[in-house]
Amino acid sequence: MHPENKNETVILNPLRKVGLADKLLWATLLGLLLLGIGVWIRQYVLGLGITGLNRPVYWGVYLTNFVFFIGLAHSGTFISAILRLAGQGWRKPLTRAAEAITLFSLPFGVASILVDMGRPDRILNLIWFGRYESPILWDVTAVGLYLLSSIVFFYFSLIPDIALCRDRLTQAPGWQRRMYTILALGWRGTPQQYHRLERVLDGMAIFMTMLVVTVHTVVSWLFGMTLQPGWHTALIGPFFLLGAILSGTAAVVIVLAILRKVYRFQHVLPVSLFNSLRKLLITFLLGWLYFMIAEHLTIGYGNMKEEMVVLQDKFSGNYALIFWSMAVLVFGVPLLIFLIKGKDSIGWMVLACVLINIGMWMERYIVIVPTQISPRLLSVSGQGIYLPTMTEALITVACFAGFTLLYAVFTRYFPIVPVWETAESLPVGHEAEPALQTGSATAD
Amino acid sequence: MPRWGMVIDLDKCFACQSCTVACRMENNTPVAGPDQAGKGRAILWNEVLPFIEGEYPRLVATMIPRPCMHCDYPPCTKVCPVRATYKNEEGIVVVDYNRCIGCRMCTVACPYGVRYFNWFPPEWPEELKQHLNPDPEVAPRPKGVVEKCSFCIQRLHKARQKADAEGRAFMATDYIPACVQTCTGHARYFGDLDDPTSLVHQLAHSPRAFRLLEELGTEPKVYYLKQG
Repeated sequence: MHPENKNETVILNPLRKVGLADKLLWATLLGLLLLGIGVWIRQYVLGLGITGLNRPVYWGVYLTNFVFFIGLAHSGTFISAILRLAGQGWRKPLTRAAEAITLFSLPFGVASILVDMGRPDRILNLIWFGRYESPILWDVTAVGLYLLSSIVFFYFSLIPDIALCRDRLTQAPGWQRRMYTILALGWRGTPQQYHRLERVLDGMAIFMTMLVVTVHTVVSWLFGMTLQPGWHTALIGPFFLLGAILSGTAAVVIVLAILRKVYRFQHVLPVSLFNSLRKLLITFLLGWLYFMIAEHLTIGYGNMKEEMVVLQDKFSGNYALIFWSMAVLVFGVPLLIFLIKGKDSIGWMVLACVLINIGMWMERYIVIVPTQISPRLLSVSGQGIYLPTMTEALITVACFAGFTLLYAVFTRYFPIVPVWETAESLPVGHEAEPALQTGSATAD
Repeated sequence: MPRWGMVIDLDKCFACQSCTVACRMENNTPVAGPDQAGKGRAILWNEVLPFIEGEYPRLVATMIPRPCMHCDYPPCTKVCPVRATYKNEEGIVVVDYNRCIGCRMCTVACPYGVRYFNWFPPEWPEELKQHLNPDPEVAPRPKGVVEKCSFCIQRLHKARQKADAEGRAFMATDYIPACVQTCTGHARYFGDLDDPTSLVHQLAHSPRAFRLLEELGTEPKVYYLKQG
């Protein structure tokens, strides 16, 4: 038994044929990913000295990427877990697209840490000798758990649709059909099965919500737990979390717009979805401004010598250009776009969201680097400079290419819009939550 | 159990940097070369830091030799995820080069900048290579790990062995780090801070004594005697 969804054909359409354009895109992305892996191997052989890292800037672009990708990952969990608990039915068509961002960006967050390590060959020391006094172990635990539960959460909600693919895509190549059969785990779509699935997903949503708060907070504590000026503030955790949800949600808008255009999902992903996301994004932007002011006003008003060195570097020193353009990119321009042009206009929304994500990457960078540039004792002798090299640039490109590759391939083999969750009706006996109808109504 | 500490008299120090050189020869720290040193990648376990206030001609320069502070509450050991760096029972903060994963969280956490990362495999000019310290305890560190001043802990081990071999009790005065031994101006003192009769104990309690970034609560075991 399968749910009735009038958009089923449209949603399954991208799965029917992998075209030449896809293969070209995949080959390009794979090439960039492999190039990055090659550069990493070179870095491992020669030493981290081929990066721009130095003393005192021990952490640079790799850590920025780590924080950024983990932040991007917060999109999916926010949309599917938090909005699920809040009973926001409109989220349904975009849940999977958002969760896929989570799933595919997390590995590159983890990879960024591996790339940053001087001795990645000793990674297992974290297990043999790991000690919980170190924030790094908090991160390993939280991110590991997050990755694991994201996979489970994602997979569970995918099962009914895999079963649908198994039964509908009979023209697909043999291996593909076998894959669906195995992954569907014998799903039959009985009302009891749907009931059980919903209960599991609800339960997991609570757990995931707690995890999402924890993960990005402990990511920030890599910095916040040290005594360094600019980092050692209690606000750093919540600030990182909000930034993560902001950049993640903005990423959802970009991804949705691409899917809508490329796979002709105009009816499946209506403009109303973008309008709902717009309201969320405006809220997050204002929250971001609030944190920004709270943090910098506290430091500036306090006027403590060491803190002021970092603050002035950002406001009017070497990092002023990055700092202020970040503020314009993350906050200024996007807010104006959302308020004036964003409503009903996907193009403007995408522009704003691209700016937000560029700006959020810069924001991570501007948190990480300036604090290290002016260490307390070395401010006279070793005023640091940090310029990333080609190695760091290529590995960063590879991370983004790898993320896009996984995403692009996934959308050609699995329905990126959940068919069962957006269905008009599920098999009889299943008590659909009221929001279900709202969700599909907006699809008209 | 002694609690090892150091006192540096800034009135006697004239920033000759012989401590830096002695440290290098004793501990086999690699030579970065002018290019890498310019990028801030020189490894100097004992660095002489200039603090310059004002502008010429009204200029006050203070040169502060800075070994590891061997803090009683070290911010660096706390953050190590694999206990590759820890404070031993005599208060010396050491690094296990075979365990370090190179995450550099300790380098970021140390407010004194005493921790150095091996960006490349260690290198020496041919002439220096012949004069490396053969002691296996200071064998050159591989690339990708963090290293730092250890108060020449290999000398402590040797002094203990020597005392044992001579059949006498080990005394705190049997052991001094290379920088203390070599100091041209006799500006450095080393010993057991817990022993009230020791010179370091007395100097550490002198009214001239201060420690770097005392307000951070790290309780460094390196004391300075104010100049002037």
